[in-house]
Amino acid sequence: MESVLQGVQGFMYPNEVELQWSILIVLYPFVTGLVAGAFILASLERVFNVEAVKPTYRLALLTALAFLIAAPLPLQLHLGHPERSYEMYTTPHTSSAMAMFGFVYLWYLLAVLVFEIWLDYRKDIVLTARASRGAKRLLYRALSLGSDDISPRSLEIDSRVGRFVTIVGIPSAFLLHGYVGFIFGSVKANPWWSTPLMPIVFLFSAIVSGIAAVLLLYMALSWARGRQPDMACVDTMGRYLLYAFIIDFSLEMLDLIHRIYEADESFKSLDFMVHTRLYTSQVILQIIVGTLVPIGLLALVQVVRTTAPARKGFYVAAGALTLVGIFAMRWNVVIGGQLFSKSFLGYTTYKMHFATREGLLPAILVLLLPFGILWELLKLLPPWPDEGSA
Amino acid sequence: MSVDRRGFLKEGGRLLVLSAAAASALDLVLAGRPEEADAYKLADHWWGMIIDINKCIGCGNCVRACKIENDVLKEPYYFRTWVERYHVPAKDLVRPEAEDHPEVDSPNGGFDGFKEKYHAGDGSKNFFVPKLCNHCAHSPCVQVCPVGATFESPDGVVLVDKTYCLGCRYCVQACPYGCRFIDPRTETVDKCSLCYHRITKGLTTACCETCPTGARTLGDLKDPRDPIHEFLRTHGVQVLKPQMATGAKAYYNGLDGSVR
Repeated sequence: MESVLQGVQGFMYPNEVELQWSILIVLYPFVTGLVAGAFILASLERVFNVEAVKPTYRLALLTALAFLIAAPLPLQLHLGHPERSYEMYTTPHTSSAMAMFGFVYLWYLLAVLVFEIWLDYRKDIVLTARASRGAKRLLYRALSLGSDDISPRSLEIDSRVGRFVTIVGIPSAFLLHGYVGFIFGSVKANPWWSTPLMPIVFLFSAIVSGIAAVLLLYMALSWARGRQPDMACVDTMGRYLLYAFIIDFSLEMLDLIHRIYEADESFKSLDFMVHTRLYTSQVILQIIVGTLVPIGLLALVQVVRTTAPARKGFYVAAGALTLVGIFAMRWNVVIGGQLFSKSFLGYTTYKMHFATREGLLPAILVLLLPFGILWELLKLLPPWPDEGSA
Repeated sequence: MSVDRRGFLKEGGRLLVLSAAAASALDLVLAGRPEEADAYKLADHWWGMIIDINKCIGCGNCVRACKIENDVLKEPYYFRTWVERYHVPAKDLVRPEAEDHPEVDSPNGGFDGFKEKYHAGDGSKNFFVPKLCNHCAHSPCVQVCPVGATFESPDGVVLVDKTYCLGCRYCVQACPYGCRFIDPRTETVDKCSLCYHRITKGLTTACCETCPTGARTLGDLKDPRDPIHEFLRTHGVQVLKPQMATGAKAYYNGLDGSVR
């Protein structure tokens, strides 16, 4: 603890010296962002009939589900009393964005994501149940919720209801991650967070990270299955990633230009922070490595004729750098918002430990967990059953 | 008169039910007796505090008294109240337009007082600013609490229910004044409670009690005889960060514009 005081430069209110929200709280918007982004990619095919991305439809939904299941874990690890967290559902304080978000999360998980996945997979679940024995049959019968009708008429109903769920799901996905942005953006005490742009910036960076994640996963799974990825699909995802990125970058530049121009009471302090303590994560990682380079690579693909292998390389590089950049963005918002004093007279440091409840190790494990969940989901609900095993 | 068994049971049952009802009714009657009730009525009070910058000498009595009275950890990261020392340098005669800002420090929150650092005659302005929870009437910390563990009492004090707090720290982020912290012993939020356990018994807060100069004075805005009304009428008072529109109820007399 003593070292935290030594890391203080200038003046901080005495209670501000130690950071309240750690890397776990950085992870949470990152993970829910991937959820919202993956879902929006899936909805491109379902609602806007972008046929090209059909091969990734189921993968995108399962990715969203895996990350959404894992999402509460960093929050629980962070809470002083996780055993009391049910209180947010039983006695929510309705003026609190955090409390009401719990219901948005629940709605999205059950009424949108799980429902849509079930509708799309129902036929395969029933077929698998019919073809299995013993425990596996029991499991799939349970997953089918007792339904056994896979006549063309019932599948037609599935499709229509599923389409409706997706239509409802798009604003729900917007709400899911926009709300996280609002949780930060509505805090008037913190000028780094307080802006009406925050939900929109969060949402578009979520879309960017979700598309990048599904793109990378699709290419990784294709490689693992010994198959070539569908280039039309991958090219379309790359294009949408570029479009989303352009909007996201414009929004972030708008915020920056606005701050510099208005130069309100917080500006000098925040400007100093960005040039010093936040320089590596904000300027190098988020802006240059995480945004400009991927935009450059994706734009290059649009204007220069490239071979498929070269394009795949570009997409992998762009996707990976994008995820680094979006993680850096979450870091800069959460940690950056706590590095400066609300007196605008000083700065502190974030001392991240390794093997403590809110340290780096649990953060890494929390980030790996959704991949483990996804792995199991891929086995339970194979996205490409007609093409052989995943 | 002969009573058969059925009649006896019926009458007995009725008697039993009626006496049970009468017993609980009697409890209610007793509860309503004024001399049995608690003397403090929430609706009769609306608490605030006057802090007179012109009188604060930075002795740190208030910080020590608060930590002792309210069992706050002595480490330098946990303060229900603290004192800041401001040193506003004289304007640079060569470049008076140059932006300057005050030098502020609060070593251990002022718990050990302040070591001599500045000297008279250098043209600077030096003063002390005690800070605490402002017990805002439109508190942003109360607004954001997901479970309502922090709340505004009907008599104007922002309190924390430690048996309900999740320790999510949203309120710590939402407070513009930096008056909240997490108590590592309970893993819940803690902050100035305006010595609620004292003021509801007619005492004043620990910090006001020990202030040697009367720089801190508790005020009850609903009490017509409280000197706070006359003080507010005759002095130029300000609250901290008025642009935040928090309805802060810590009123500062002589607050310099440089105070953050």
